[in-house]
Amino acid sequence: MAVADDIDRPTMGEAPGGGSRRRRLHFARIPLHVAVIGLALLWSIPTIALVVSSFRTPEEIAGSGWWNAIKTPFDWTLANYDAVLSQRGLARAFLNSIIITAPASTITILVAAFAAYAFAWMRFPGRNLLLLVLVGLLVVPLQMTLIPVLRLYVALSVDVEVPLLGGKLFGTSSYPGIWLAHGAYGLPFAVYLLRNFFGGLPRDLIEAALLDGATDMQVFFRIVLPLSMPALAALAIFDFLWTWNDLLVALVFLGDPNLAPMTLRIANLVSSFGASYQVLTAAAFVSMAVPLVVFFALQRYFVQGILAGSVKG
Amino acid sequence: MARISFDKVSKLYGSVTALKELSLDIENGEFLVLVGPSGCGKSTALRLLAGLEEVSAGRISIGDRTVNDVNAKDRDLAMVFQSYALYPHMSVYDNIAFGLKIRKVPKPEIAERVAEAARILGIEELLKRKPRQLSGGQRQRVALGRAIVRQPAAFLLDEPLSNLDAKLRVQTRAELAKLHERLGATFIYVTHDQVEAMTMASRIAVLNDGELQQLGTPQELYDAPANLFVAGFIGSPAMNFFGTTVTPAEGGYRIDAAAFKLDLTAAVGLDLREQAGQETVLGIRPEHIHDPAFLPPGVVPAVIETTVDVVEAMGSETFLHLAADGMPFIARVDARSQAKAGQRFGAAFDLSRIYLFDSASKLAVKRLGKPDQSDVGVATPS
Amino acid sequence: MVGRRWWVPWLWLAPALILVGVFLLYPSIDTFRRSLLDARSQDFVGLDNYRFIIENPQPLVSDTHVALWNNFLWLFVFTALTVPFGLVLAVLTGRVRYEALAKSAIFIPMAISFVAAAVIWRFMYEFNADIGTANAVTTQLGGEPTAWLQDKHSPLSFVTDAGPDNLPGPLQLNNFSLIIVGTWMWTGFAMVVLSAGLKGISSEILEAARVDGGNEWQIFWRIIIPILSPTIVVVATTLVIQALKKFDLVWVMTGGRFDTDVVATLFFKEAFVIRDFGVGAALAVVLLMWVVPVMVISIRRFQFQEETR
Repeated sequence: MAVADDIDRPTMGEAPGGGSRRRRLHFARIPLHVAVIGLALLWSIPTIALVVSSFRTPEEIAGSGWWNAIKTPFDWTLANYDAVLSQRGLARAFLNSIIITAPASTITILVAAFAAYAFAWMRFPGRNLLLLVLVGLLVVPLQMTLIPVLRLYVALSVDVEVPLLGGKLFGTSSYPGIWLAHGAYGLPFAVYLLRNFFGGLPRDLIEAALLDGATDMQVFFRIVLPLSMPALAALAIFDFLWTWNDLLVALVFLGDPNLAPMTLRIANLVSSFGASYQVLTAAAFVSMAVPLVVFFALQRYFVQGILAGSVKG
Repeated sequence: MARISFDKVSKLYGSVTALKELSLDIENGEFLVLVGPSGCGKSTALRLLAGLEEVSAGRISIGDRTVNDVNAKDRDLAMVFQSYALYPHMSVYDNIAFGLKIRKVPKPEIAERVAEAARILGIEELLKRKPRQLSGGQRQRVALGRAIVRQPAAFLLDEPLSNLDAKLRVQTRAELAKLHERLGATFIYVTHDQVEAMTMASRIAVLNDGELQQLGTPQELYDAPANLFVAGFIGSPAMNFFGTTVTPAEGGYRIDAAAFKLDLTAAVGLDLREQAGQETVLGIRPEHIHDPAFLPPGVVPAVIETTVDVVEAMGSETFLHLAADGMPFIARVDARSQAKAGQRFGAAFDLSRIYLFDSASKLAVKRLGKPDQSDVGVATPS
Repeated sequence: MVGRRWWVPWLWLAPALILVGVFLLYPSIDTFRRSLLDARSQDFVGLDNYRFIIENPQPLVSDTHVALWNNFLWLFVFTALTVPFGLVLAVLTGRVRYEALAKSAIFIPMAISFVAAAVIWRFMYEFNADIGTANAVTTQLGGEPTAWLQDKHSPLSFVTDAGPDNLPGPLQLNNFSLIIVGTWMWTGFAMVVLSAGLKGISSEILEAARVDGGNEWQIFWRIIIPILSPTIVVVATTLVIQALKKFDLVWVMTGGRFDTDVVATLFFKEAFVIRDFGVGAALAVVLLMWVVPVMVISIRRFQFQEETR
């Protein structure tokens, strides 16, 4: 299923070898273009507003609308970004986002991959039921789990300070704590996605490897994983974005502001009055930068992943 | 290198019986073909042997070792899959070497064995390519290479030719036979194509509906099919069948098919005592029905009146689609035959080559001895 | 496969099962339990917490009715806006050559966090017409600037002065302002999924319809939509669940004030600010009870569709 190809191929409804006859289309061309471009621009306006404003001084922002900024390009400034990046709080928050997201996503992907392989290629009693329960947990809203897990963390708190990283060894306001939490929350979707993909691999490929003498571990690492790169990539992106952009889990489990990721930081900035737009816009853009880069670089997998999960058949 | 045995092996999937008490001994070095229509259990038997499925009942042994619970990789068997199952992300070399790498064979030895296998199969220049760059025939050779390199006790082949086009199939058949000669290993081969079975096997096991119908050499299966199924399965075009009743008559027996009657003497060599008064099925292969004008030597003819429906002249021989009193059947006659469609034609049945099967049990009526050329009987129209 | 030790699969499953058990399964059951206990999770109070939610005795502290109604509003309006938008965009972008570019522009908002989106739209909704784009547009068009995020009047009142301005709670302008942000973010998702579904419609069917004399409009309604309905269901289900779970957006933009609370934000307030675990748990259960039927319906619908193929 080459979704990238689909996206690049022009015009639905055009038969192969269809000449200009069919292209003489079903909507008048100009209104169509106007509509599409207009809508695309409309959609981008809020983001553009943000980006433009992040380069302006506070006086300018307060004085004139961002659309005027084009008239005075030389008043643009990088001061806001400087403030954002150098202000310990936000730079640290950016780092925290990375520290939180990378291990958490890795946990999700690895654990899910192991489980998915077992679900897809091993036989054991209760397999179908267990899978149903696991994926069914997708339904459960986070809110259902937060109170008990929080209490658990409070009870299991290990107040030892972790060197280098900071935060406690375990409990609320600990990195390991939030790694496990995010790791777990991402599992239902991850198992669902990977199991479907692994199950789609040709059966005799796995059998051939087993006959060739491979153990399950060897089949997993040498055959299944290499052939599952698209699915793993899609999953990685999803999980990364979900975790990076998360607010609720961080809000609940990370009391210590030193450990707060960007989302939390910015949320706090917004709600505290006196947050000035120049810093806010720059901060927001910085927090958006990473997901946007990831998105653009791996756009194809992203879309493939959504489709694999949503439209099966 | 040892003998492989199936001892009353059964396999059930829920309430479906895929294999019913299969008992079979495979000798070291032979080329055994498991043949039968789809769903007959041949692939199941192969997979049970390979260790890809668990046996429901019975015992499989290799040598004197019972392998029912032995891991597939420890059975010292190599399998060539119908789809070849090549690892798409690895080069041909890595595909072939995979099993050896897993078993931690030292690199130089791997290189040597792969090179040797590649030479035998003629795929040396393909070693660096990926499977998707190969043709069907090439992929199959790589799959064979992967098996050869393991030097297993036996090779299991699951319909390896079915994905090849007709011409390639004929060519590869010969190559596989040669390979078997060369390696001297046991080949256990599964196919639904009886031509493949007949041409390649040292022995054939015919299966139907999970049960073994007959085990024997190709010639045995052809000359002396044990039951109706085997008779109809082996040979192309298939044997003609007529429903008949047998009555004792003077000097022998009378076989009464609706469209004709045959009088048989004991010299035909069939033991018909049990069939007296019974419903039976008469079988005769197309190649044993001749044009009376061109009788090969040694034939004991009984001429039946028929009409010719269709004439298929192949050049080397001619197939006549005949009908006797409405009952259709096929004769394979000498190419010089002058029979024309729509005409009446006297078909000469070679009485020394007829078979009779009990309608109820489907079993072949026993032959008392080899049929001989003396006066075995006469045919009369009904 | 023969010979695999019976405990091997369980070894592979163990990490996942443990994590899911600890973080999803056990807590869910525990939350059920807590919803029947008091605020400190000590004494059994039966259905009191649920009664609290239904009766709403303390609207000034935490207004459960507002939250419930707002959730309904989100459910319907969000989905009703996003799906058609997504569909229209899918159809339109499918017919231009720069499809990929246009789609990306619309899809981008999905990549950013709700927090960033909140900042963007706070900016858009800013009261001061010199800063806030929305009000700038409004004033250009001759109207008065509006406090988009605080205004509790009905959306109509901003267009016509003489509109009813005491419509039932949820139909407030500020709710719609929030929903628009949600739509802005998720239309891209709907568009991408529906677009894939569209491309799955064989062009022959469409051509046959055109030859049969149908115009674009008819083709759209009578052919495209019916064929797409399973996809639409999938999209709608995802969106409904998103709507029900909406926390980040509301929290950051308004903190649930000005009657924009939804169940998720109310949950947070009750559980972690007011620290009434009983009511908090009950709210979480309410949320679950809304989500489950949606999933069940959509799965049934999907299975039904599969069978009737």
